[in-house]
Amino acid sequence: MSDDLYDEHILDHFESPYHKGRLEHPTIAHEDKNPLCGDEVHLELLVDEQNRVKEAWFDGHGCAISQAAASILTQQIEGKSIDELKEFTAPQMLDLLKVRLTASRQKCGLLSFKILKTMIYTLDEGKSKS
Amino acid sequence: MFNMTAPLTAPAYDVTAIRQDFPILSKPLPNGARLVYLDNGATAQKPRQVIAKVVECLENYTSNVHRGIHALGDRVTTEMEAARETVRTFLGAAETEEIVFTSGTTMSINLVAHAWGRKFLQAGDEIVLNEMEHHANFVPWQQVALERGAILKFIPLTADGRLDLTALDDVLSDRTKLVAVTGLSNVLGTVNPIQEITAKAHARGALVLVDGAQSVPHMATDVRALDIDFLAFSGHKIYGPTGIGILYGKRRVLESMNPFLCGGNMIRRVRKESSEFADLPSRFEAGTLPITEAIGLGAAIDYVQSLGLDAIAAHEDALMRQAYSQLAQIPGLRIVGPGPDARGAIVSFTVEGVHPHDMAELLDRKGVAVRAGHHCTMPLHDWLKVPATTRASFAAYNTPAEVDALCEAIRYARKVFRLS
Repeated sequence: MSDDLYDEHILDHFESPYHKGRLEHPTIAHEDKNPLCGDEVHLELLVDEQNRVKEAWFDGHGCAISQAAASILTQQIEGKSIDELKEFTAPQMLDLLKVRLTASRQKCGLLSFKILKTMIYTLDEGKSKS
Repeated sequence: MFNMTAPLTAPAYDVTAIRQDFPILSKPLPNGARLVYLDNGATAQKPRQVIAKVVECLENYTSNVHRGIHALGDRVTTEMEAARETVRTFLGAAETEEIVFTSGTTMSINLVAHAWGRKFLQAGDEIVLNEMEHHANFVPWQQVALERGAILKFIPLTADGRLDLTALDDVLSDRTKLVAVTGLSNVLGTVNPIQEITAKAHARGALVLVDGAQSVPHMATDVRALDIDFLAFSGHKIYGPTGIGILYGKRRVLESMNPFLCGGNMIRRVRKESSEFADLPSRFEAGTLPITEAIGLGAAIDYVQSLGLDAIAAHEDALMRQAYSQLAQIPGLRIVGPGPDARGAIVSFTVEGVHPHDMAELLDRKGVAVRAGHHCTMPLHDWLKVPATTRASFAAYNTPAEVDALCEAIRYARKVFRLS
């Protein structure tokens, strides 16, 4: 865990994000903003028949923390099953960032995580209705 | 116009001595850095004169006002009414009864939107706003317009972020009931020509409300010379406590309005079926006021006047001009808003490649406190086509060396982001 918010890990993801862009036919897409600093993240998942995340992409703009976190998240969740992602917790997400965030910056670091959790909830809702 | 009794040689502006009045400025930050406080647009630091007055009040005459028939109640009422009189003189208002204590600018504007707007606005009436307004001078009008079926109209902005007054004649109409405008934009720094606006609005029979949150602490505001109908401002941005603000209103306008909040202090006679409301200003001061804070605000205005508001303004203008020219030299930095001649002591900017939130965090490491975000002006940021900006705002105690520190810290932030 680094004390420097802007260490190489964060800046590398910010400058060269993993899977930044959009899917042609996402299984599910959702977006949210952080009104505090105007971060915006749009997250898209392609879920296969085994209920695994085949691809995860994000789009958006905002501070380095929010955008690097979205990049790290998409990289981490590919190949994971939806059930596995249900067990994915906020502290685990913060660990993946490898930097210590103050309370106010945790909103930036957890924005994409929050979107992912909303998506999983929406997927479940859809299933229980159908 | 006035009887000028200023001494022939005004005392020089001694910023070193002024800084000693503010205990917080000499205290190191948790990371050991020296505080460079450039977030004065959010709130100003407090001088020991204000702190001492607040302590004096709490320790010596804590009591409720206009109630206790005892020595403490007498003393606190005298002190609070003296603060009200200080505000009246400061604003050049005709009568002390025109000065209403509120909790701040937001409450003052909401008071007018409810007590005046809901009573007098009819369907089809027009309220004139503009895109540089703070949400506090935007959303109350939007909401009361929705409720009453009134229409919002907007004075367009020029490309450099000033009100386009050539369009004002077209925007105003005989249906215009109110023009709500800021004295000084909290993001662009634009100083608005209030006198011209009140003259044109009054010619169409409309009232003018000025949001003075940013302007009142930094430039002389004479409500009669400017012919302002309503003026709102907050204590905490003028070196006073939080939780206290002022609504100035012309007597005949305030008297035409219904109460906003109902309860104690605002009534003359209550019967089971109906009530008679108190005279000004009590009619708009329901419940126990922030008494200590009101007295603290009086001390804050006394402090400002001891330095001289014009001297403060000249000092801040020099800092703004220095910042404007030094910031413009930083690669990728774009200042929003007009040039220095139409600007108060606020400079907001973006730096290509560094999001404002990251900028503020990195400046904080160097002890430089600024604000980053949309500054409660989302319509303005839509107009600017940026999600957020970083804002440096100056006050009486800031120094040229602090402007240098700001610029140095921005260069450091660019370095962290591998931009130089």
